[in-house]
Amino acid sequence: MFSNLHLIGFGDGGWGWALLQGAGVTISIALATLPFGLALGLAIALMARSGKPVARWFATVYTTVFRGIPELLTLYIFYFGVQILVQRGLEGIGIKGFSIHPFVAGMVALGIVLAAFSSEVWVGALNSIHKGQREAGAALGLSKAQIFRLVVLPQLMRVALPGLGNNWMVLLKETSLVSVITLQDIMFIAQRGSSNTKEPLLFFATAAMIYLAFSLVSWWFFERLERRSNRGHAAFGGQTR
Amino acid sequence: MRWCDHPGFWLGSEVLQNYGCRMATGLGITLQLVVISVSLGCVAGLGLALVRLYGPRWAGLAVGGYTTFFRGTPLLCQLFLVYYGLGQLRPFWQDVGLWWFFREPFYCALFTFTINTAAYQAEVFRGAIQSIGRGQFEGALALGLHRWATLRHVILPQAMIVALRPLGNELIVMIKSSSVASLVTLFDLMGATRLAFSRSFDLSIYLYAAILYLAMVEIIRRLWDVMEKRLTRHVVVR
Repeated sequence: MFSNLHLIGFGDGGWGWALLQGAGVTISIALATLPFGLALGLAIALMARSGKPVARWFATVYTTVFRGIPELLTLYIFYFGVQILVQRGLEGIGIKGFSIHPFVAGMVALGIVLAAFSSEVWVGALNSIHKGQREAGAALGLSKAQIFRLVVLPQLMRVALPGLGNNWMVLLKETSLVSVITLQDIMFIAQRGSSNTKEPLLFFATAAMIYLAFSLVSWWFFERLERRSNRGHAAFGGQTR
Repeated sequence: MRWCDHPGFWLGSEVLQNYGCRMATGLGITLQLVVISVSLGCVAGLGLALVRLYGPRWAGLAVGGYTTFFRGTPLLCQLFLVYYGLGQLRPFWQDVGLWWFFREPFYCALFTFTINTAAYQAEVFRGAIQSIGRGQFEGALALGLHRWATLRHVILPQAMIVALRPLGNELIVMIKSSSVASLVTLFDLMGATRLAFSRSFDLSIYLYAAILYLAMVEIIRRLWDVMEKRLTRHVVVR
């Protein structure tokens, strides 16, 4: 294994650049999914707490379904399912050769799963905000949207941060699944490299190390972010951090 | 007609009639993978947590590195590392007489899932043990209990209640993640579904698979609610 380290280098016949590009794709799909998934999750959370029974029912069904079925299955359903449905629809009106880009399919599928998981975090955080905060906002004459944006949301972020950090870590690892719908992320490149060079141990170990580096950076980043958002708040035992 | 042909017949679904039995076999493989790996991982995870908390410093650090690696990399990557990567060392495994193990995708998936879930469960147990108040340790010490007796009779019974919910979540996560086993040529529920789809191009087979996964997850969720209620019936709820 160690005699073949040049295979993952940047020189002639090395896969270094390809692996870096794969790492770039992995990070881009994770970052592209994040805002979409979090925003949808927040919308689902607001539905789960709304006064309308239909909205609550929808939120329950949504979270139960997408938290309960494997991410791989969701990915297949969206990639093949939507593709076939749209193709059939378009063939009806005479357009042929439609296909979804795997990046879009992956982003939508992962975002929908992320929304289901993050909505639970949002609900918990929304519940932790005292009713008096909204009432005080209303007393000041703020509109409903203003109360949410100016009063609730800033406090929400602090409580939701640890849970959302976990969601991000799960998302980062789940992106490895998009390689099965031919998106050229780290896993895809590692698979191609190992079948070309017959050195799977080297390539998958390298891929694992890249993921580990991403995870360690994320852990460090979220720890700092949490410390920053908690400044001024009394910590356990009455101490301030 | 075998029993597994019936659901497809009743639902009038041709694809489920053709592949119902493969799906049933796949469901069995998924259950085997999950039940065995989570049980083994539970024992290993508890051991790792104890080593991390009470073992020598170097062992604690080693366990920390182990959990960080397995929690920081995707399960898919670990599975490929074991199945394709360790499979590359064939002459070595043949020498030590373990090739029969690393040759089989089923054993490779089982091995990967076990060491993966052991890392997650170790963290669950560590958190649960650390959540027990210091006074409990001191009380046991004051009663003259031996270290192991303290753990066994005082700490672990309380820690297990704390760990119950996250352990249930881990079981659910494993049921879902076990679907990656289908990517190393294993015909678990996901593998059977993929096969059925690739031959029939009938999308409904994915929906039937989704219903089966949902049913498994939902049963475990309900079961865990009942278990939690029963185990915490002596605890005063706010």
